Amino acid sequence: MDMKLDQGQEMLRSTARQFLEAECPISLVRELESNGQWHSSEIWERMSDLGWLGMTIPVEYGGGGGTLLDQLVLAEEMGRALLPGPFMTSDILCGQLLLNTGNEEQKREFLPMMSSGNAIFALALAEKNPGLTSYGLTTTGMNSKDGYRINGTKLVVPYAATAEYFICGFNNNHPNKGLGLALVQAKSPGVLITPLKSIANYPRGKVDFCDVVVREQSLLGIPGKADKPLKLAIEYATLIQSVEMVGRAQKILEMVVDYSKTRVQFGRPIGSFQAVQHQCADLRVAIDVARLLVYRGACSLADGQTSYEQVAMAKVAANETSRKATATGHGIFAGISYTLDHDMQMFSARNKLAEASMGNTISHINEIALLMGF
Amino acid sequence: MRFQFNKVQRNFREDLSAFLEREMLPQYETVFGTYTEEQYWFGRALARKLADRGWLTIGWPREYGGGGETLLEQSILDEQIGYHKVPRVGITGLNFAGPAIIKFGTEAQKREYLPPIARGEIEYCQGFTEPNAGSDLASLEMRAFRNGDEFILTGTKIFTSYYAHADFIYLLARTDAGAPKHRGISLFIIDMKTPGINCRPLYYINGEVAAQIYFDDVHVPISCLVGEENSGWYYAMTTLDYERAGLERYARVRRLFDDFVTFCQTARYDGKTLGDNPVVQHKIANLKVGMEGWELACWKVAWMQSRGEIPNAEASIAFLFGTEQRLKFAQEAMEILGFYSTLTIESDLAPLQGGIEGLSRESLHLHGAGTMEIHRNIIAQRGLGLPR
Repeated sequence: MDMKLDQGQEMLRSTARQFLEAECPISLVRELESNGQWHSSEIWERMSDLGWLGMTIPVEYGGGGGTLLDQLVLAEEMGRALLPGPFMTSDILCGQLLLNTGNEEQKREFLPMMSSGNAIFALALAEKNPGLTSYGLTTTGMNSKDGYRINGTKLVVPYAATAEYFICGFNNNHPNKGLGLALVQAKSPGVLITPLKSIANYPRGKVDFCDVVVREQSLLGIPGKADKPLKLAIEYATLIQSVEMVGRAQKILEMVVDYSKTRVQFGRPIGSFQAVQHQCADLRVAIDVARLLVYRGACSLADGQTSYEQVAMAKVAANETSRKATATGHGIFAGISYTLDHDMQMFSARNKLAEASMGNTISHINEIALLMGF
Repeated sequence: MRFQFNKVQRNFREDLSAFLEREMLPQYETVFGTYTEEQYWFGRALARKLADRGWLTIGWPREYGGGGETLLEQSILDEQIGYHKVPRVGITGLNFAGPAIIKFGTEAQKREYLPPIARGEIEYCQGFTEPNAGSDLASLEMRAFRNGDEFILTGTKIFTSYYAHADFIYLLARTDAGAPKHRGISLFIIDMKTPGINCRPLYYINGEVAAQIYFDDVHVPISCLVGEENSGWYYAMTTLDYERAGLERYARVRRLFDDFVTFCQTARYDGKTLGDNPVVQHKIANLKVGMEGWELACWKVAWMQSRGEIPNAEASIAFLFGTEQRLKFAQEAMEILGFYSTLTIESDLAPLQGGIEGLSRESLHLHGAGTMEIHRNIIAQRGLGLPR
């Protein structure tokens, strides 16, 4: 039993923290939020040089060749720094799907594109039913003489307007019934993108696929057989999302504690009042427990044991901790944090986005109940 | 980073589990605090057997009768004892008095006191809290007057668990009333049969019987003093740190939770199980997240201690979180069982032999090892650096 990161991971953490403090100050986060871009290609290029995009993608495909724990350490720092960018959808979800389902040529062509930061890949999966699942998809893929014809509407696609490629999930009927995945160029005829105005200007779009033709070589894996690879990619991404939230909550706690030590009212720092101390203590407890659940899930995955239950538990804990961080932050910062000028609302907005991303609590609780045998 | 045990630890855990599985008979299983006399003596006999196998004090140094292993192995023992519903005896000696003597006792005290604890032959109770000194323990008032080659103790201790079978009491008394309060306290080990000691039983909600103990001019030889005079506060705080992981408490609750889940999935009322209701499923799934978080928080403390680290904030985090989860489980389970939850063990119709009803009383013990507010203070001040 060893509950600490190893030396290499600790170094990665401090390097990442320094890098992000220097390269991604909150002023930049604000700017990229205001203009709706939510992405800095300069930072992306530098991260790519450091091997931090496609961190766990094998080196022969242009990735960093790192471990899942390396990825988590990095993601926790990214959450802390509020780093904008298509990390989750491109690097993590699409990266894992390409790795799990792509053939050799596809991996050699597309993974380096992703890891270099030169192309954004966006997962077009979720439809009206707000969840990431292959169940009940209405988007269809039909084999025809020119290729697969994709028809359907994807409701929640991150970075839809700036993605070069979509990985589109469709319901395949014949010969294999199940999930199919198509790599679709965003500029393909028949692709229609409509922006979805979201919290903090987070860039998302609805994507209509109207008779979009996809050639055989752009299908990922065998159509109808992608359910399991998708589930694995989602499990992986859920852990990453969870740790990102823990990183952000940790930063909120530190901000609140720092403020409480210096803000003086009634002749003393407000941090000397028990009510303030106790809220901070409760948030610290929540963060520590959530972090343990996340890293425990990651170690199981790294050991080759998929444990959907452990991952679901991690996300549930991350969601609760995130909400608690939001409430504690706004509660203790009080008046000033209700202004846009103050940084707290930047954190709480991102908390809300993350709580709804990679599964809300209800969806994971349902999963846990199912896995418990109910 | 690894959350798993190594092979030796896994084997120990399996061997221990198999042993306890064989040894535990249903009539001796205790879910919480209430022991009948039969259960208590069964527990004492079982402690002797564990000692014979070198398991009882697996984490103590070898030279004092221990297994020479770490707090991790000791915590595995705690976990298995809790999970198998073993009537736990001798805990004060194993986790408090023994470690205090190991660290601060004289050679003579070590030779005299440690072997019987390690063999599971002796029972201790702890005399710290007083009517006027609870959270503010350092303000304790019991006096110990030095008089030549003896001390004379006068005062009272309260909420003393395990007093009924205790051979010795391990207590804090004030030896220097002029010094600042933390610096005038000494640690003693006193024979409970010493004249002048009187116990008034206190009947607890969970069925346990503790006591208020009166010391009326109790004369004890100076050999009862542990370590140096007026260093007692430091000794006590250090040894309160010996076992902070709380795996036994966790495992006992976790066992009840696992049994409760099985119950909800199998017991039929009018053809349906409780678990058929999605609301019940959700409550249980939520509870499970809390249980697993509690478990990891406990092991984190045990792991830190096994490395010689002092888990100031972490121990309070594990304790606080655990107390909350236990209460939450009790209240949710009572809700799920409805009126059945109010039947006690004496009723045939009580689900899980009244285990949830028992938990609903046990879980009101919100103050053990410090009140929740004290733990929050510790987390805030020692963990986060907020000002006192």
